[in-house]
Amino acid sequence: MKINVKYFASFRDKTGVSSETIETTEQSISELFIELNQKYDFPLNKEQIKVACNEEYVSFETLIKDNDTIVFIPPVAGG
Amino acid sequence: MFKITENNINNIHELETQILQDPTVGGIVYFQGVVRNHNDGKDVKSLEYEAYSEMAQKVGNDIIQRAKEKFSIVDAYSVHRVGHLDINDTAVWVIATSHHRKEAFLASEYIIDTIKQEVPIWKREHYINEEPKWVACHRCMGHHDH
Repeated sequence: MKINVKYFASFRDKTGVSSETIETTEQSISELFIELNQKYDFPLNKEQIKVACNEEYVSFETLIKDNDTIVFIPPVAGG
Repeated sequence: MFKITENNINNIHELETQILQDPTVGGIVYFQGVVRNHNDGKDVKSLEYEAYSEMAQKVGNDIIQRAKEKFSIVDAYSVHRVGHLDINDTAVWVIATSHHRKEAFLASEYIIDTIKQEVPIWKREHYINEEPKWVACHRCMGHHDH
């Protein structure tokens, strides 16, 4: 299936792109994280971040659907 | 209402909010978060805020809605600036209005605390003598907050 992944802050710095469309056979976001982490060597591990799917916080065990937009959320610092 | 903006919000007059016009309101609490020149013993010269804007807008509006359900306020408004900010620039406003002051104080504190914990906004500090660094929310990390 085809999904969109967006990167912000330290994750964008590491990947060098702000978004990408990828083909994946992974079932869950957790599996997707492992796959992309092997490619990019993310600056934070899964326990240190949150994840959003289609602009809502979800768990890493959430199953991925075609056309989903996934964003790994490093620790936020607004205010 | 919660907004993300790239515009300067240093002056309250520049805020696009109608919530100050309600004749039933007896108390208005303003919280103004500004850029300070130090953090964790480092000399900060400027800040850079970045947001996942579409989601930040949704999460921010949800926080305002939760505050309205949790406290007896009339309304609440918050605007957060993104982009490059200098020392003393305003990063965020929270305004809560209520019939009586106590609920507005409580709601504004709840809103700014929850924004810091939940809204997908990131901050990169630029230092005088070091490379810039993305930093995490102090309160969420268990440190003191300002």
